[in-house]
Amino acid sequence: MARLSDLPEFERQHHLDKIRDLPDFGATPFVPGPPLRERRVAIITTSGVHVRGDRPFPPGAADYRVIPGDTPHADLIMSHSSVNFDRSGFQEDVNVVFPLDRLRELQAEGVVGSVSDYHYAFMGAAPVRALEAKARELAALLKKDKVDAVLLTPV
Amino acid sequence: MGALGHYLEREGVATAQISLIREQTAAIKPSRALWVPFMLGRPFGSPNEADFQRRVLRSLLALFEKKSGPVLEDFPEDAPDAASADSGFACPVSFAAAKTGAGGLAQALRDEVAQLAPWYDLARKRRGRTTVGVFGATVDDAVNHVLAYLDDAPVLPVVAGMSAGVAVKRACDDVKAYYFEAAAAQPGNLAAKAIDQWFWNDTAAARAFLAIREFCKQSSDESLKPLVKLSLIPRAVIDRVDSAGRG
Repeated sequence: MARLSDLPEFERQHHLDKIRDLPDFGATPFVPGPPLRERRVAIITTSGVHVRGDRPFPPGAADYRVIPGDTPHADLIMSHSSVNFDRSGFQEDVNVVFPLDRLRELQAEGVVGSVSDYHYAFMGAAPVRALEAKARELAALLKKDKVDAVLLTPV
Repeated sequence: MGALGHYLEREGVATAQISLIREQTAAIKPSRALWVPFMLGRPFGSPNEADFQRRVLRSLLALFEKKSGPVLEDFPEDAPDAASADSGFACPVSFAAAKTGAGGLAQALRDEVAQLAPWYDLARKRRGRTTVGVFGATVDDAVNHVLAYLDDAPVLPVVAGMSAGVAVKRACDDVKAYYFEAAAAQPGNLAAKAIDQWFWNDTAAARAFLAIREFCKQSSDESLKPLVKLSLIPRAVIDRVDSAGRG
């Protein structure tokens, strides 16, 4: 479904234009770490999901919202600016976008060491360079929380 | 998504990401990525498919066992409901009466919202939640905001703390969420593409959104300009509408 070759021409061109406009990130950093079964994991989603009552994401927002791990599903809503992706999956089941329940199940099986009490959301329509400052801020918080495995999930 | 991976890894935080557009991820070269062949908006495949979601998550987590990168692997399975989610069969909800009734588009929208109410209530009860609530506490707040734009000479409704553009975008998102959640509660109507096609082809709500887009084109309010091309109507619908207009 998300194969470029399967998309209509105007949609394919939109995504190709985004590739053309990407900045050069240079060499790929690769942070090593302990075995997976010892890692502490947090989720960062760029789906624009946030807790009901928190500030919705305005257009172009490059900041993040905190999703405490004990947030009930009923309190998670989405304020992404794009209308070009499916939301019916998220409406039916939060885990199709924000798989915290699945992560906890894998923790219970011993696949990962622990799950952070805090997770985070950006709104993925922001210009990529605009995300850098908040990403650096967030990295410091994650390290303070001893998170050594971050799952990045888009929509 | 790939950019975030670079920024976090530069700061010493290990990341692994889902890729929905493989070509973009290949260009960005993040440290660890798992491409999945799922529809945009569904990075873990399908709703209510816990086993499948766990398989995707296990594959993503396994990338942390790699000793070097960048790594871009392909998830080998399609989503369990890929065929039905992508199928465009007609949604049985019919609004023919509302379309032809007296009172114009505004009344048609009110009628649809009322017709869908029991299905929305059922969806909310069954799921234990609703995603309506980005604009106001209930869908009525959002509907009233949209209705204000359908007057013959609209006076832009003012919402404290929001530009006109942000307010109407959020109101439309809430109205759309209400329709989608209601339609999904009806028997046999969980297919994503069918609901999407029904909404954009057959509802007064979609016609109201298109009317708002036309208003935005003519308005001098700069906050409404982005809604002409983005944020309100999907690219596929804009392409169709504008092509028909040129034809």
